Amino acid sequence: MTKGEVLAKLNEIAQEVFEDDELILKENTVASDVDGWDSLTHLQLISDIEDEFKIKFLMGEIQGFANVGELVNTIINHVEGN
Amino acid sequence: MFTFKELKKHSKTIVPGKEYRLAVLGNCATQFLATSIKGFARKENINLEIFDTDYNQIDSQLIDKCSEVYAFDPDFILLYISTDKIYEEFMDMELIERSAFAVKYMEKITYYWNLICKNSHARILQMNFSEIDDKIIGNYSCKTNISFTFQIRELNYLLQHSMMERKEVLPIDLLSIQINLGIKKFYDPALYYNAKMAISIQTLPYVAKAVIDVVKATLGKLKKCVVLDLDNTLWGGVIGDDGIGNIEIGELGRGHAFTDFQRWLKQLKDRGILLAVCSKNNEDTAKEPFINHEEMILKLTDISIFVANWNDKASNIKYIQTALNLGMDSLVFLDDNTFERNLVRSIIPEIEVPELPEDPAQYLSFIQECNLFEAASYSDEDQNRTKQYQSEFERNKLQQEFESIDDYLNSLNMVAEVQPFDPVRYSRIAQLTQRSNQFNLRTIRYTEDEIERIANDSNYVTLYYTLRDKFGDHGLISVVILKKQSADVLFIDTWLMSCRVLKRGMEEFIINKLVGVAEGMGYSEILAEYIPTPKNSMVKDIYTTMGFEMMKENHYKLEVATYKEKCTYIKEEQKND
Repeated sequence: MTKGEVLAKLNEIAQEVFEDDELILKENTVASDVDGWDSLTHLQLISDIEDEFKIKFLMGEIQGFANVGELVNTIINHVEGN
Repeated sequence: MFTFKELKKHSKTIVPGKEYRLAVLGNCATQFLATSIKGFARKENINLEIFDTDYNQIDSQLIDKCSEVYAFDPDFILLYISTDKIYEEFMDMELIERSAFAVKYMEKITYYWNLICKNSHARILQMNFSEIDDKIIGNYSCKTNISFTFQIRELNYLLQHSMMERKEVLPIDLLSIQINLGIKKFYDPALYYNAKMAISIQTLPYVAKAVIDVVKATLGKLKKCVVLDLDNTLWGGVIGDDGIGNIEIGELGRGHAFTDFQRWLKQLKDRGILLAVCSKNNEDTAKEPFINHEEMILKLTDISIFVANWNDKASNIKYIQTALNLGMDSLVFLDDNTFERNLVRSIIPEIEVPELPEDPAQYLSFIQECNLFEAASYSDEDQNRTKQYQSEFERNKLQQEFESIDDYLNSLNMVAEVQPFDPVRYSRIAQLTQRSNQFNLRTIRYTEDEIERIANDSNYVTLYYTLRDKFGDHGLISVVILKKQSADVLFIDTWLMSCRVLKRGMEEFIINKLVGVAEGMGYSEILAEYIPTPKNSMVKDIYTTMGFEMMKENHYKLEVATYKEKCTYIKEEQKND
């Protein structure tokens, strides 16, 4: 999977979780840029990503993403590791 | 089951009606659970407001008379003490104290209950304890009272007994959810360590359902009666065709599954749920197993109302409901037949119609999983209910009223195929002549060879009929054999039909087509005969109903020219070959 494909999929998931059809995530987007991205919705996002990509994040990864780009890279690593 | 996402969306919808208030108190993170419960309530059209307390606030919220929980004035307080959290408390204890852990914890819970009773009118929804497979002393943990395994099981045991003494406390059986889902699905360690959530996101809807099931019961939304089909629901096979010696019931083979299903239904009756029978059968035939089959668990005395006739089931259920004087939404209808289930659902939307699995082996576990029979109390009076209703029923036997089901039949898009016998069908046709007992006018049995001979004999006109509708294909369901008696007279040697497709216009379609074929071949008269057997009384008047004239008892005649085509919603398959 390419970065672009992962980002596109992630964007769909995020639109649903944050209930915003116009939300566009970029690699440098951080949580504070997005309305409603708090510790709880973050967990829902993580859970939905895990279901969608059929991966499981490590405990330490879940709270440690600096920005969306890092999240995308971690997803790719897990998908390729499967 | 719904997903958490769906419930979250629903939690924002608005539902009219009286508002109820529920406060969630937990020693773990409960925000997602609160959202799920709210969403589930609204899916069930219950206007439930939720107050979710912050993490680990049980003591302070309950002790302080002016706390947010009491100020919220809840109708329900959900107490959720998660096993994972108390497991940590347990491990921090001195070894010597551990053997008293369950007793001590039960005291603490009782203390919470007392506080709530003092400061609130709320009912307490008490979550029981899921388990952790601690294995500190391996399997030996089960007999060692300083192990967590031993203590958590004891705690559940103590909880059960303590709740029996408190009518304001209602259990939420979290442990059963864990058992059903399995520990790997039930619990997500990463979620626990990151967010202190003691159940996984996919478990949330199940817990929400359990909570709402209990809330509904306290609001009086209860199931009170199960309406049962007989053939292939209570026993394997068709009593009218197979006879009492051949239906499947008992401890052997497939019969065992039906027996256990009956055992469970009997339990249901013993605890106060009424059982009614609604079957397409002759009444005597339908009752025979209940009276004479030794291995039947259910007896006639277990049944509040027994309705067996050839009317459509929706009308019969309305009759049962009126006779028992129950709300339609307190009825559950169990039937193996998809057609009947859909008919009843479409005419009576309020009734609960579980989608019974195809395999009877699955009936029992499926119906258990549905959890349809909640209660908010239990008393000895519940046990006597069946008797009360039986005598009530004897007093006011009502006239049955039948509603038109034309709209429903029309919506089924029924299509039938009509063809002369062809070789690939010989064996099915012969089998039907040998097995059909109820809808069979002369009950003449034919072998496959005889069917082949008849098909090739120019003195006979043969027809078979198939039927399918939008729910599926019923296959070859009717056979007609016409014998030429003279140049312009045909005799109906055989007419039989599968009872599965009764009363949906197939009878009319068959005769319309039969008369059409006869007319096309230049015949002016059709003769018919009904030969009574112990099993075929359901068709004794069918020829008169279809417009034949009675010559003498059981002998009929139709002038083709005077025949008026019968109304039917079945269309003929147009073959373009």
